[in-house]
Amino acid sequence: MRPTSEAELAEAVASAKGPLEIRGGGTRQGLGHAVSGDLLETGGMTGITLYEPGALTIVARAGTPLSEIDAALAAEGQRLPFEPMDHRGLYGTQGEPTIGGVVACNISGPRRIQAGACRDSLIGVRFVDGSGTAIKNGGRVMKNVTGYDLVKLMCGSHGTLGVLSEVSFKVLPKSQATGVVLLEGLGDEDAIAALSIALGSPFDVTGAAHLTEGLDGAPVTMIRVEGFEKSVSYRTAELQKLLAKFGASEVERGPDKTAAGWAHIRDATAFAGQKSDVWRFSVKPGDGPTLGKALRGLGAGNIFYDWGGGLVWALMGEGADARKAMGDLEGHGTLIRASDATRDELGVFMPEAAALRRISEGLRSKFDPRGILNPGRMG
Amino acid sequence: MEMPLPDQSILDRREAIFARLRAILPEEAVITDLNETRAYECDALTAYRCPPLAAVLPSNTAEVAAVLALCHAERIPVVPRGSGTSLAGGALPTADCIILGVAKLSDVLEADYENRVIRVQTGRTNLSVTGAVENNGFFYAPDPSSQLACAIAGNIAMNSGGAHCLKYGVTTNNLMGVTMVTMEGEIVQLGGAHLDAAGYDLLGLLCGSEGQLGVVTEATLRILRKPEGARPVLMGFDSNEVAGACVSDIIKAGVLPVAIEFMDRPCIRACEAFAHAGYPDVEALLIVEVEGSEAEIAEQLGKITDIARRHNPVELRESASAAESAAIWKGRKAAFGAMGQINDYMCLDGTIPVNELPYVLRRIGEMSKEFGLDVANVFHAGDGNMHPLILFDANKPGDLETCEAFGAEILKLCVEVGGCLTGEHGVGIEKRDLMLDQYTMADIEIQLDVKDVFDPRWLLNPAKVFPLKTTETRRAA
Repeated sequence: MRPTSEAELAEAVASAKGPLEIRGGGTRQGLGHAVSGDLLETGGMTGITLYEPGALTIVARAGTPLSEIDAALAAEGQRLPFEPMDHRGLYGTQGEPTIGGVVACNISGPRRIQAGACRDSLIGVRFVDGSGTAIKNGGRVMKNVTGYDLVKLMCGSHGTLGVLSEVSFKVLPKSQATGVVLLEGLGDEDAIAALSIALGSPFDVTGAAHLTEGLDGAPVTMIRVEGFEKSVSYRTAELQKLLAKFGASEVERGPDKTAAGWAHIRDATAFAGQKSDVWRFSVKPGDGPTLGKALRGLGAGNIFYDWGGGLVWALMGEGADARKAMGDLEGHGTLIRASDATRDELGVFMPEAAALRRISEGLRSKFDPRGILNPGRMG
Repeated sequence: MEMPLPDQSILDRREAIFARLRAILPEEAVITDLNETRAYECDALTAYRCPPLAAVLPSNTAEVAAVLALCHAERIPVVPRGSGTSLAGGALPTADCIILGVAKLSDVLEADYENRVIRVQTGRTNLSVTGAVENNGFFYAPDPSSQLACAIAGNIAMNSGGAHCLKYGVTTNNLMGVTMVTMEGEIVQLGGAHLDAAGYDLLGLLCGSEGQLGVVTEATLRILRKPEGARPVLMGFDSNEVAGACVSDIIKAGVLPVAIEFMDRPCIRACEAFAHAGYPDVEALLIVEVEGSEAEIAEQLGKITDIARRHNPVELRESASAAESAAIWKGRKAAFGAMGQINDYMCLDGTIPVNELPYVLRRIGEMSKEFGLDVANVFHAGDGNMHPLILFDANKPGDLETCEAFGAEILKLCVEVGGCLTGEHGVGIEKRDLMLDQYTMADIEIQLDVKDVFDPRWLLNPAKVFPLKTTETRRAA
């Protein structure tokens, strides 16, 4: 089924006889457990329905290709603030990611630490629930506390509470210039300490990552600032002074080089095309190195850190339960890439505490009483 | 505003209920004397008042859980209360309810500069969160006008904003985790010092749910390093349209100020008379503030004043010192107090798409004549969050009703142009009956379903947010 309007989508869901597998561009189908059901594609519902650059607002149908949104925003010198990851490299998938897929999976990137996640920029949704009813929540204004915030609830619910038909975002101006302070050769603890100092400075850092194996094999720590030309020069210089105790640093200003460097982090490019399992952990930034050490103890092949140390990516042997490395640390780990058997055995998402599981199940039973929307996708 | 009739069976059991509350809380934490419960009879929406059956002031999460479990078992409605600064009636009691106040929960549990978070009990006031970290150069970003008094608990319940959210976002964008107690008395943890908790975004759902899904006792909040400096510029224009166009052009130019505040002539005059801030007597006034180092501020203000000059401002005043900055903000910060000096007023909170600003202001002016009540406009222009203040005389029979009818028309206008009923104050009882102007019954029904999951007996702040007739059967069940 490939509805071309919300009315057709509502009809398709209402008349479904069994489970539905919901698909946008199909580039991230590996994110979550496999679903068996009739295919319901959102790619037929396309088009930007409203774009008001002076109000920093864009509204688009859920099946609109992300590339179309990016192009429309770029033409006005704006962008989606949250820098969504492109999973095609990691999963080896083809096709075009849709904006609805980005929302359904709450996909963000390095700028998440400064500009927020996809859920923070999302200001309105339209969706069809499991009974086939079309529902609106939020709208097209960036401050809105009218009723419950189902916008946040829908974001990251992986299609299990409703099928998105339209999404609205608060967008931001694209920055004129980018500068990246690079520190080489640091161990994990020093690197995360440096990132913490940078993020605790007044210099408005928009990216803070540490690769334990940079392109030349040596560790590299990356700190990004964005803005007007002179301001970027000033802040990179101030950051270099602030981080002098970690050794000599360099500043990269080339637009192509800096963009490529952060795309490498954003898309976990270092892990593309390898057979091993890929894990992604969100922890308190200061706990990053502790987790990294434990992951190495479990045989991690490669590790890198984003979000100032709070996001830890690890390449693990097939079937290894990397979640064991968490110990008592606060946070959670997601199995991003593995065989179906491993994903079923270890669970893609961290199991919820009993009380939260009851709430989640309660919500699912209200939004999708027949249990037909991507059943089992979140475990 | 209509409120449900109290449940007589609860009123009849009052002494027994007081005894049970005293069995689980210290003596001084249970307030039942009418002379004292009167202190809880209203919030900042003072037109509506009703003393609760009792007020309780627990000192820790376990006590909150005990109270909620008892009220759940006894089927007693609970109205959670932060500092009682809601302008929407979010903490208005009914005669058969227990007010659960978090005022005694005011500790800082942990300030973690390495990870840029602070953990506090939620009775702590907004400003004192910043107060706890500012000596280390940090601050908590959301800054509602009531920040001196309002509690974090209420900020979370209403998803409060403030003047600086164009850059820093509102409460939900700065809230990382909570300890929440469910109506059944179960203590749950959502999120924490890590980003993007696993599973559904229940934290996002909870924030802004107006105390209807759970009671939050502890919160993990994001703190930020203070910018090196900040400086405002004041601009006066001879029409609202031109000021509106200037706002739009600033945003389109790629400059992101931390605040863009807008005042119209009635508001400017009242503020000037009250605060003597030295404001020009113009049709519309903008205060635009930017942050950064001295050079960065100069660069941004240069771009902004260039844009402003293209719109022929009557006045353009860049601050050259801390004293001048304070003077520019002085009138704006005094706006609500100034209006209160000259009249009773009702403060609205609708949000509109920024580009609809001139049209909406013109329509409000026309309606003001139709209803025969004056309006002063002061609002956060960068994000379209309006605060029309309708002036009325509470002692004049019928004036409040006319004011409410006028307010409802303004909010419907906000919805009509693509906006919403409330940007940061919440629905409470004030905008409850307008919800169906913004949402269909299906849009409302699924929200009621959400409450069913968290609070199946509909005991937590039950008469708020949704039109009473849409919740009647659920509340009676």
